[in-house]
Amino acid sequence: MIWYTLRRLGVAALLLLVICALTFVIFYVMPDDPAQQACGKACGPERIAQIRDTLGLDRPLYHQFGSYLVGVFAGRTYGTGALSVHCGFPCLGFSFQTNEPVWRLLVTRLPVSVSIAIGAAVLWLVVGVTAGVISALRRGSLWDRAAMAAALGGISLPIYLTALLFQYVLVIKLGWLPHPHAVSLFVDPLAWVQSMIMPWTTLALLYAGLYARLARGEMVESLGRDFVRTARAKGLPERTVVLRHALRPAMTPVVTVFGMDLGALLGGALITESVYGLPGVGKLASDAINSADQPVILGVTLFAAGFIVLANVAVDLVYALLDPRVRHAT
Amino acid sequence: MSLLEVSELSVVFGNGVRAVDRLSFDLDRGSTLCVVGESGSGKSVTSLAILGLLPGAEVSGRITFDGVNLVAARPAELRALRGERIAIVFQDALSALNPYYQVGFQIAEAYRAHRRVPMAQARRVAVRMLERVGIPDPERRAREYPHQFSGGMRQRVMIAMALCLEPELLIADEPTTALDVTVQAQILGLLDELRRETGTSVLFVTHDMGVVAGLADEVLVMRGGRAVERGPVDRVFAEPAEPYTRALLACVPRIDRPVPDRLATVPPMEATR
Repeated sequence: MIWYTLRRLGVAALLLLVICALTFVIFYVMPDDPAQQACGKACGPERIAQIRDTLGLDRPLYHQFGSYLVGVFAGRTYGTGALSVHCGFPCLGFSFQTNEPVWRLLVTRLPVSVSIAIGAAVLWLVVGVTAGVISALRRGSLWDRAAMAAALGGISLPIYLTALLFQYVLVIKLGWLPHPHAVSLFVDPLAWVQSMIMPWTTLALLYAGLYARLARGEMVESLGRDFVRTARAKGLPERTVVLRHALRPAMTPVVTVFGMDLGALLGGALITESVYGLPGVGKLASDAINSADQPVILGVTLFAAGFIVLANVAVDLVYALLDPRVRHAT
Repeated sequence: MSLLEVSELSVVFGNGVRAVDRLSFDLDRGSTLCVVGESGSGKSVTSLAILGLLPGAEVSGRITFDGVNLVAARPAELRALRGERIAIVFQDALSALNPYYQVGFQIAEAYRAHRRVPMAQARRVAVRMLERVGIPDPERRAREYPHQFSGGMRQRVMIAMALCLEPELLIADEPTTALDVTVQAQILGLLDELRRETGTSVLFVTHDMGVVAGLADEVLVMRGGRAVERGPVDRVFAEPAEPYTRALLACVPRIDRPVPDRLATVPPMEATR
């Protein structure tokens, strides 16, 4: 199990390196001149040349990539002499727009994204999986058909539409909720919930639909397995048959998908954050893209990829805990 | 009085397939009845019907177990009988055992379904049962998972699970079909030995005439969901009354006779009806 964990982490690190290299190349071949972007509109050729030198843009690609990697792991210094700027570990460069270190931008935006992701995840897991499992147990019933129709509706509604509808009805028309804004859970828990409830519901509507269908499918399959029949043949109460013998195997695929989804969301819920104007990592990404702020785009990409890769490792480990066959195969 | 009496049993599935058609037979206490027939003859469906494990199928007729009609029994009554008085060993132990739980736990769980004992005590029963069915180092193996056992050992686990509550009726639904021949012989030997020790009645479902000859007191030959012939094993083997039984027996290659170019097969359904 220790080897398994180490191997997974090694693969994850390698994967991150590849993602980093790929993203770097993509930005290198992009038509925008980073020096021009960094300098702004009114900027002479002399100044641009100076910036190019400071950022090391005239050096070969592998050299630039090397410096970037060194920066990520050990920090780096841009330029020389009195004009030099130090960028501490982990250095992802400076924003062209605000001159702030990209890492600090990401870290200050993260709590909002985490708030949105975790709250929504709890909501969709509870609602989606419960609905799916009940549907599987009462296959063909009115509940089943209604729940699956609702799930399909949830999946089909685009986030930007539900988000705008919620805001219009709950905030503007009824005035039940304030406009969503970034509040810390630890400063004002009530305001936090009030601010987050709409983003949570918006995301949960989509994911709960997906999870209800997934959980139902897995549960139906699980209930038809031979070992569930064995459990009944032993004379176990139906509750035990369902919860112990059918539910656990049905939940393994759900856990896999959940890990991925949560990982992806932690890297920023781009549309949700943008529509509600919440300053999370996703909003940072969309702002950076709009202003061609290359270091920030690169940083967000790596950051988000990091979450997905980590979620992958976590899923593999949880999978091994859940399924003894995986544990022993490693 | 017979322990099990099946009369006019019919099973019709949702898609209209009549898997069992007005089947009647009985089984005396302490005796072994072998149900033989080709695939699809309704043997397994009959055994599942006895335990009430055919969700979605329409079961009619009577299955009387020790005076109780199981077809009309309430779910709670059935549950109380399952495992405790009627146990079953399935064909494929790999899929019949839950891959997520230790085998010791799965046996202990069966025991605790009917006995109010602490888990530790039920686990001791499980280890004892594993030892009884010939699993070496039972203490350690009880903590292992089904995938860590060989096919024959897994079937032994199934048997240990089925017999841990000393049921009056053991249904063995092709318990050796998925095993290779030497292991088959071991498992059959074990079942026979346990049957003698416990006095359990056995309903043995198989398509293997060799197994029937070795185990059965009585034989029930089934085809297309119906009983073709029924009788003491010696009589049925020596003087099969029905053409289908004769054909079925003729299909078994004999080691003491010259091997024919083509093995015999049973004629199609229409010809024997």
